[in-house]
Amino acid sequence: MTLFYGTELASRLMLGTAQYPSPEILADAVRRAGAGVVTVSLRREAAGTRAGQAFWALIRELDVPVLPNTAGCHTVREAVTTAQMAREVFGTDWIKLEVIGESDTLQPDMFALVEAARILTEDGFRVFPYMTEDLVGAERLLRAGCEVLMPWGAPIGSGKGLNNLFGLRALRAHFPDVPMVVDAGIGVPSHAAQAMELGYDAVLINTAVAKAGNPAEMARAFAMAVEAGRMAYIADPMEERDMAVPSTPVIGQAVL
Amino acid sequence: MQIQVNGEHHDVTAASLAALLDELGYDATARVATAVDGCFVAASRRATHPLHDGAQVEILAPMQGG
Repeated sequence: MTLFYGTELASRLMLGTAQYPSPEILADAVRRAGAGVVTVSLRREAAGTRAGQAFWALIRELDVPVLPNTAGCHTVREAVTTAQMAREVFGTDWIKLEVIGESDTLQPDMFALVEAARILTEDGFRVFPYMTEDLVGAERLLRAGCEVLMPWGAPIGSGKGLNNLFGLRALRAHFPDVPMVVDAGIGVPSHAAQAMELGYDAVLINTAVAKAGNPAEMARAFAMAVEAGRMAYIADPMEERDMAVPSTPVIGQAVL
Repeated sequence: MQIQVNGEHHDVTAASLAALLDELGYDATARVATAVDGCFVAASRRATHPLHDGAQVEILAPMQGG
């Protein structure tokens, strides 16, 4: 059992809610994914519309725990203020903390991230920090009060999968008891299965489902991959070898 | 009074943040969060939070996110 700040989730698949062709398709994808958490954000509403209120009604109807993000924030101050606003609107102290440091890769600014995580933890937030796979950064985030880590697989929306397998494996090995989620960069279900096989506790997917030709089917495919990967991790995979080893017994082989 | 709301110029009569929301057509149950000059203002403090000329107000609503 994995606990995220004391809560066991119904599924190890976390799903983003952005970029779907329609609210109906989003709802369908969330249901087919059996998502354990959905991520949400705060934005200005276009003048005259009340799109946010309709979106909130949809999320309530789906009845899945929400994880608000601080997407788009580039400074500690922006991220902290956004988190405070999100806590009030969404009624949760969970926050997916993003502090972006580089615009092309949307790479987290680890220095600002640690500082924002410290401020928010002291203010009672349960912080899910979106981070690089940096071991030292991870240590600092844990020291700042984070009890969950969310390393990236690859840049947000890139669909490249797990760019640094060594780094993710090392992070997992260094902090075996910390719940960890691979967030960002996953493109297809096999990437998600791979993250789970490495021993990650969950994955967070958005673009790969929302931008699929059939988001609901892709959501289901990801759910199956996450389950398969987790099961494989628990079943303790064989060790990789460079050379062939016959699987059929050699003893008893006929001499012809 | 001249203020900015979500980056747009507004000429308003409201003296408090709560009155501003009312003036802009948000009803009391609207699920929005507010900030003035970069600082979060909780819903419970909107009625007593005064606005000043040139204030930068943000009114944010739930939205899709990744």
